Amino acid sequence: MSSDAPVAHSTLAAVDTALLEAVCAIPDPEIPVITLGDLGVVRGLSRRDAHVEVQITPTYCGCPATEMIRSEVLQTLHALGETSAQVRIVLSPAWSSTWISEDGRQKLRAYGIAPPGPSCGGTSIRWMDRRARSAGHDESGLRCPRCDSGEVERLSEFGSTPCKALYRCLACREPFDFFKTL
Amino acid sequence: MLQETDPPTPQPTTGPETPGAVRAATAPPEFVLRWADNALIHSQRLGEWTGHGPVLEEDIALANIALDHLGQARMLLSHAGRLMDPPQTEDDLAYFRDAAAFRNFTALELPNSGVHAARGAQGDYAFTIVRHALYSAYMLAVWERLLAGPDANLAQIAGKAIKETRYHWRHASDWLVKLGDGTEPSHQRMQMALEQFMPYTNEWFALDALDLAFLSRHVTSDCRAHSARSAGDAAPDHAHFSRPDQCHIAAAADFRQPLEALAGGLRAQWLALLEPVLAESTLTWPSPSALLTCGRYGRHGEHLSVLLAELQSVARAHPGAQW
Repeated sequence: MSSDAPVAHSTLAAVDTALLEAVCAIPDPEIPVITLGDLGVVRGLSRRDAHVEVQITPTYCGCPATEMIRSEVLQTLHALGETSAQVRIVLSPAWSSTWISEDGRQKLRAYGIAPPGPSCGGTSIRWMDRRARSAGHDESGLRCPRCDSGEVERLSEFGSTPCKALYRCLACREPFDFFKTL
Repeated sequence: MLQETDPPTPQPTTGPETPGAVRAATAPPEFVLRWADNALIHSQRLGEWTGHGPVLEEDIALANIALDHLGQARMLLSHAGRLMDPPQTEDDLAYFRDAAAFRNFTALELPNSGVHAARGAQGDYAFTIVRHALYSAYMLAVWERLLAGPDANLAQIAGKAIKETRYHWRHASDWLVKLGDGTEPSHQRMQMALEQFMPYTNEWFALDALDLAFLSRHVTSDCRAHSARSAGDAAPDHAHFSRPDQCHIAAAADFRQPLEALAGGLRAQWLALLEPVLAESTLTWPSPSALLTCGRYGRHGEHLSVLLAELQSVARAHPGAQW
């Protein structure tokens, strides 16, 4: 649920709020049109005297961008004068694609990636009947990010990255990536 | 589903250990390594298809699924390593353990070409898909139990992994149907693969005290004491698990019933997922086999050391290297 996602700014000192905003503004290494804040992977910031810790959560277990995100966050903190900084990976609550902000979704669509659908719910994902799927109907309800047609077909369950699937629009005939619902 | 295996309303207690007590606990490295090594070894096998997939989309699919597995393996290996004394890193455990120290199911180390193929034979997609499907369905049941189990760290990892495994199951089950209810040759190859592979799944349901402690919320005092002892050991006590004469220990009297209930529940959940898909794929469930492999107790077949020779070769040639 998106209520898990927001980071509380109110309890931080002004300097730390600024740090957090700077971290949230870092572009995602894989899809640079959206930020870490848009993705909802920045979980919080805490400080003990001169030592700052930023908590981030990985999207997929094996996402190779996680390491890069970690080093970019550290670089940003160092550039802002924090000489003692650390990034901690937190696994719980598990990241969900529903944490992607509305702004982030618009940016994905503009970039040509269909954004993920609504939550899969606590622990169950409902799959469309196999026959209906192979008949070309798609369960995601997603629309072509270029021409907004709902007539789409899935070409491949796994696309250019593990988090995306490859689709094709049957109206404008252009392929596009779909950021999978997780 | 979990209601079938759990005892009615276990009550938390602050007193001494009592049967049925529910309390937060840390699973010993021995237990964590089982799931870590399953993920690592299956990842390696799936990754071997990269560049050799039957069609481009499947090449990408298996590589991505292998990457998901690798991420899960890394989390689990890192966690297991931190519990050890002295602590080990994920790299120490992945690259510098010998085969006998691995705790994966034998089923996952079998070559992609199947059980009877010659060494180095080309991969068999039917065998790969059968294993991928059966294992994904099994792991959905296991992640659910770890999510509800007493170890908070494993629950966190399970919470992430289960969502990815649902996509794995979707992919695998689609292919079970496509190939099973496909052409005559594809159907035959799938049936043969199922017959070859199924005996190796018996190990998945031969559960022990550690499974009882951490895959369910039913805990007896003996079970917890054993886990506590293992957690404190630098070298876990293998005596219970790898006696040459009896790989899977006969359960002590107070374990037997809950163990059977846990194994029964796990198998029932697995079958509930698999049976409708196998029916749709027109494949026949093979007759039972008596084979009981012991990979999770470090007694592996001939394939694991060959796999590890490749996986570990670079790290072992340059120990301590950073890149």
